[in-house]
Amino acid sequence: MVANVTLTIDGIRITVPKGSTVLEAAEKAGIFIPTFCHDPELSKPGACRICVVEIPGMRNLPASCVTEAMEGMVVYSASPAVIEARKTNLELLLANHPEDCLTCNKNGDCRLQEYAYYYGVKYGAFKGEKHRYPLEDDNPFIVRDMNKCILCGKCVRMCEEVQGNNVLNFAFRGFNALVTPAMNSKYSDTEISNCVFCGNCISVCPVGALSEKDMLGKARRWEVKKVTTTCPYCGVGCQFDLNVKDNKVLGVTSTDGDVNGRALCVKGRFGYGFIHHPDRLTTPLIKKDGKFVEATWTEAIKLVAEKLGDIKAKDGPDAIGILSSARVTNEENYLMNKLARAVIGTNNIDHCARL
Amino acid sequence: MTNSIQEIADADFILATGTNTFDAHPVIGIQVKKAVAKGAVLAVVDPRLTDSAKLAEYHLQIKPGTDIALLNGFANVIIEEGLYNKTFVEERTEDFDAFKETVAKYTPDYVSEVTGVSADLIREAARGYAKAKNSTILYTMGITQHVCGTHNVFSTTNLALLTGHIGKESSGVNPLRGQNNVQGACDMGALPVVFPGYQPVAVEANRQKFAVAWGVEKMPDKPGLTVGELIESAGNSIKALYIMGENPVMSDPDADQVLHELESLDFLVVQDIFLTETAQFADVVLPAASFAEKDGTFSNTERRVQLVRKAIEPIGDSKPDWEIICLISDAMGYPMNYASPEEIMSEISSVTPSYGGINYERLEQGSLQWPCPNADHPGTKFLHKDKFVRGLGKFQAVEHIPPNEIPDEEYQLVLSTGRRRYHYHTGTMTQRTGALEVFYPEEYLEISSADAEKFGICDGDKVKVTSRRGQVEVAAQVSERVTPGLVFTSFQYPDVPINRVTNPARDPIAKIPEYKVCAVKVEKVS
Repeated sequence: MVANVTLTIDGIRITVPKGSTVLEAAEKAGIFIPTFCHDPELSKPGACRICVVEIPGMRNLPASCVTEAMEGMVVYSASPAVIEARKTNLELLLANHPEDCLTCNKNGDCRLQEYAYYYGVKYGAFKGEKHRYPLEDDNPFIVRDMNKCILCGKCVRMCEEVQGNNVLNFAFRGFNALVTPAMNSKYSDTEISNCVFCGNCISVCPVGALSEKDMLGKARRWEVKKVTTTCPYCGVGCQFDLNVKDNKVLGVTSTDGDVNGRALCVKGRFGYGFIHHPDRLTTPLIKKDGKFVEATWTEAIKLVAEKLGDIKAKDGPDAIGILSSARVTNEENYLMNKLARAVIGTNNIDHCARL
Repeated sequence: MTNSIQEIADADFILATGTNTFDAHPVIGIQVKKAVAKGAVLAVVDPRLTDSAKLAEYHLQIKPGTDIALLNGFANVIIEEGLYNKTFVEERTEDFDAFKETVAKYTPDYVSEVTGVSADLIREAARGYAKAKNSTILYTMGITQHVCGTHNVFSTTNLALLTGHIGKESSGVNPLRGQNNVQGACDMGALPVVFPGYQPVAVEANRQKFAVAWGVEKMPDKPGLTVGELIESAGNSIKALYIMGENPVMSDPDADQVLHELESLDFLVVQDIFLTETAQFADVVLPAASFAEKDGTFSNTERRVQLVRKAIEPIGDSKPDWEIICLISDAMGYPMNYASPEEIMSEISSVTPSYGGINYERLEQGSLQWPCPNADHPGTKFLHKDKFVRGLGKFQAVEHIPPNEIPDEEYQLVLSTGRRRYHYHTGTMTQRTGALEVFYPEEYLEISSADAEKFGICDGDKVKVTSRRGQVEVAAQVSERVTPGLVFTSFQYPDVPINRVTNPARDPIAKIPEYKVCAVKVEKVS
């Protein structure tokens, strides 16, 4: 049995297992606390301090994501001191952040934007130098805009703790602090960076610093319908969200898959372009005099049924072979096995499991 | 897989053999890296220095095609040093004595001679596997694509039986399957000798059951032909082929011969999303919808059935494969009336015991791992807990068998083929993404610096790879990933159709071709 502790947050009594954080207790009580650097799947640096709360008896405003909930503790999640601290935090972040929400890919799904709106924080509270980093867009998968980075470090931890590739870390100090691959290289310098373009860093970025290159400028976040489905590549069975607008798949984003969580590989996340490729077959084809001619479904199906029927009648059902597919659904394989055995009358059915 | 993917992270010892996990199954690679970060020992058996081999504590860089010798060597050490699980062997296995006798001659010194791996390394890795609390074996086509593929698999299971590393969490024998629904295609009876749920067609009761379920007089009892046999018989006993979502011209060994055989058919139907290399030989091409355009389910490598959801309407006049099959069946006089894939799944669960409790309503709540025999069953995380399907686990005493084709004076090198991280199977999809093929546009042949020097080849040179069956041209990459005597490339590039070169010799039981070993010569193209 895990021991429990009971604490009071904003007047609400809440009981949680011992060892829980104040943030977790607040979440359980349905109380909103903003976070940037916190992620339940990753280690807790307690770095960004946007999640501070007031706990009488503590000498400053502790970060709720790394403060353990204690028996009898009293917490204020939105006291004037807390609100002021959060506003100042946001003002400082905005002081060195591009005023780019109009064209930013993350508009509508950005934590910085969301919290600035919520707390009524505008640009310009602090004047100072701004970063002028060049955009890193020299690979076909991921765009890095370090001007938008708020140094929460979630991409660093995602790559280290989930993906296990240790591509990113903090370099330099103070104002110059920067998240970067080794030797300040680019993702595309794979020999140095060790990057495999899984894009799992994108899935945790709270702002517009990391984006899927192919999705830029295609749709606003609120215009996109997300359809959770299963990856069509290898046998791991990762799940992801197809991002759809106007009957077009614009991209893939992470969901919470039973097998993979938010993690994907380069093929799953960036290999969807074939869906709308101009080479897609769009009509049945029948070969006449050595050349393919477009046909209707009625013509094509009739021809297939007749030819298979003729061969079955003349040479027997075992003169027909069927290659089903490891690429199509269970339901389709089931029907193909039924077509072979019940309709044609042969066990000559196999697929590429051996190849 | 006997276990679930996420259990890999809690293993104490991982024996990854014939699997280039980080390239071919990157998200399973995540679990392997997680285990290593938590202190697990990783042993990789691979003739190539893959990324997972670089992470491994033990890299057993065997000569291609010597897996049985190596794994028998492990068993020899484990038995000799008394490290085997005597209780498990006694209570849950049979035929141990014959196995013990067979592996007696596979001493570390003998195995070292056969495999090229040092005797000490064999001893250390074997001890590690035997002594760990939870050891797990991962394998893929590096084990299976040999003329002794089935025996290779036996030798992995022998180790698990010997040590009792099976039937519990994070501990088992785990083939990592390479295609999104290769598990499901097998489960659904897309195999020549079984109905859905692996119910053998040879058993009369099964034939009767399906004849009744499907409302026909009788089911065929003659075992069907496997993929290689079907194509080989084209033009002879096989007059027509109906190929759905497969590309044998690129994927099957000895491709020139495959072309010849497809051309000799009376009738070829190909159903696909692209006009593949195979579709070009068809008499009729039927345009299929992609995964994004239909509903259904895929079963992954850990037997997990998951929903595929329609996101967009089919492109052009294409149709989901299930609708096309229904149309053909209707036209052949056997109406298939299904309103949706959900209805098909209801029929599947009524005739397939392991899918008995699987339906869309449950899948909407979350995935399910078979066996899931009834609607109240939660699904099965790992197999063989207290009992094997056949009762006792059977040791299969197997001997080392050399590859079908070994290098000689003319063909001095061994060619092995596989996959790249940025591409998938025959490249039909990944060569058309606007991203993957941009980043990784060209294929190359990995060759060791020793062989490059021997044959006068520089990095980037165009070379001709020739076997007894055919030849291809490809750029050479002088690489530390392969040892002298071995060259490697993928089968994923239409302009490097390496299967013109590969050997169609097959394992007599599983009928899997020996893609991992054939003899070639490599010459610079002047």
